[in-house]
Amino acid sequence: MRPILMKGHERPLTFLKYNRDGDLLFSCAKDHTPTVWFADNGERLGTYRGHNGAVWCCDVSRDSSRLITGSADQTAMLWDVQTGTQLYTFTFDSPARSVDFSVGDKLAVITTDPFMGLTSAIHVKCISRDPSDQIGESVLILKGPQGRINRAVWGPLNKTIISAGEDAVIRIWDVETGKILKESDKEIGHKKGITSLQKSVDGSHFITGSLDKSAKLWDIRTLTLIKNYTTERPVNAVTMSPLLNHVVLGGGQDASAVTTTDHRAGKFEAKFYDKILTEEIGGVKGHFGPINALAFNPDGKSFASGGEDGYVRLHHFDHDYFNIKI
Amino acid sequence: MAVEAANQPKIRWGELEDDAEDLDFLLPPKQVFGPDQNGVKKVVEYKFNEEGNKVKITTTTRIRKLANARLSKGAVERRSWPKFGDAVHEDVGARLTMVSTEEILLERPRAPGSKQDEAKASGDSLAQIGKAGAVLMVCRTCGKKGDHWTSKCPFKDLAQPSETFVDRPPSREAPATGAGSQKSAYVPPSMRGGAAERGSGGGTEMRRRNEENSVRVTNLSEDTREADLLELFRPFGHVSRVYVAIDQKTGMSRGFGFVNFVNREDAERAINKLNGYGYDNLILRVEWAAPRAT
Repeated sequence: MRPILMKGHERPLTFLKYNRDGDLLFSCAKDHTPTVWFADNGERLGTYRGHNGAVWCCDVSRDSSRLITGSADQTAMLWDVQTGTQLYTFTFDSPARSVDFSVGDKLAVITTDPFMGLTSAIHVKCISRDPSDQIGESVLILKGPQGRINRAVWGPLNKTIISAGEDAVIRIWDVETGKILKESDKEIGHKKGITSLQKSVDGSHFITGSLDKSAKLWDIRTLTLIKNYTTERPVNAVTMSPLLNHVVLGGGQDASAVTTTDHRAGKFEAKFYDKILTEEIGGVKGHFGPINALAFNPDGKSFASGGEDGYVRLHHFDHDYFNIKI
Repeated sequence: MAVEAANQPKIRWGELEDDAEDLDFLLPPKQVFGPDQNGVKKVVEYKFNEEGNKVKITTTTRIRKLANARLSKGAVERRSWPKFGDAVHEDVGARLTMVSTEEILLERPRAPGSKQDEAKASGDSLAQIGKAGAVLMVCRTCGKKGDHWTSKCPFKDLAQPSETFVDRPPSREAPATGAGSQKSAYVPPSMRGGAAERGSGGGTEMRRRNEENSVRVTNLSEDTREADLLELFRPFGHVSRVYVAIDQKTGMSRGFGFVNFVNREDAERAINKLNGYGYDNLILRVEWAAPRAT
């Protein structure tokens, strides 16, 4: 396959997200402008100007009309996808790290970093259909975990929120009561900070990637460990194919190790694993730095990776990918 | 597919330019067959090639209807959305997206099916051993036949160091050195009793195993794995060991490897056949592994 290279960002990529139809790809980077691309040919459709800091995360509503972004400038913004206009700005006292729309797009969960003596927090906001009715008050604020919360997503039926972060513990929160329902076991769980979390298409399980050089597959309701994928470098990004039983891990050496290791040793590949056998299928090379973001097209026929090198690489699979046998 | 239909008398090059068009009417008309129910279309054309010969060109194409890409209504509508933000400046946007000039493949960690291959190989070598009645696999530590190699012996640590590092029993040594009183003095290995016979035997047992009928293969491509070499060399005879040098740092092949054969004749045949053989766009060099034990 010949990947499409998209050089729209001047700083390292942080997050990639396809819309539900798989025709748009949203990219966030440490420069201040999230960008939307056509997912088929990589053409840039537009940029969302207004943030004043690194943009860490984004999510798009099911009908592809609203975009929410979380940024280090201590705001989360709602955007009109089509025109790139700001609809609303949620302001916080610390950088916003992760955002996620609930099923139905009526709620959004936003996590904020520990900052200037404040602890990290998970905020739940109501998203109104009409942006003029939008209010900034949080419906619910969850606090407790130490360290940064890198990702928080909605559980089944919006009844729970799953959070994971630097303390390597995955927590399931009850949205009604705000209590922790389940915590991942320290023994079987990750040993180092969790960098990414991705739900499966049907929402029955999710995968976490961690700096302890592994990725783990969990049941979303019971939080039982299903599978473990080990690799030889820190995992910055994980995603699952919606079509085949494939898991993709992206990562790379620590920045401190880059100068002391052979560049051919790479490790900047996106590694494909069989989801069930946990066996490595192969790697896709190309980035000049660690991979920070991965996203699978909802049709499972292409995937995008974003690296520390500022490039988004859009890979449309060849035919033989779909017939790979281990 | 080009079939030469008829040889025309040679035309002088000076006239060729002018006459090229004029001669076209001599050609039979273009014929189109199909497409039939399988979508196969056949086009038969005639033309003159550079040498002025009439050439029949048959082009067979299969027309296949691709499944329509299923796009949602919303996606079709979004396709025509006007650009916004920084993307309005079209000329800037055009340079942001490029198609990689490099073909990127999903690189497999090992050749597909190589695992099974190795298992098969060891399976049939064992079978062959059983058939021939000669047990090649003899553990030098515990003396067990056909069960494991010396390096895998479970009693390895318990056993004495291999005989080559132990002085020969005095009964054999005494006549060689002449005097039993010198036994305590250091004697270099080459001067010790039995050195001559050992020398002719080709060094230590260990070295013999690695160097006997060993063939060095150089100029291998980076993608070549042990399984590939095995596949390449197996037709010549029973291969006892395949090794490809791997760079510790990069995990890539260093471009050479060794193959050991059970029989010397097989190795010789392999060298004769495969030296200079084109493999994976490189020319292989196959020779006896360098210093034969001396």
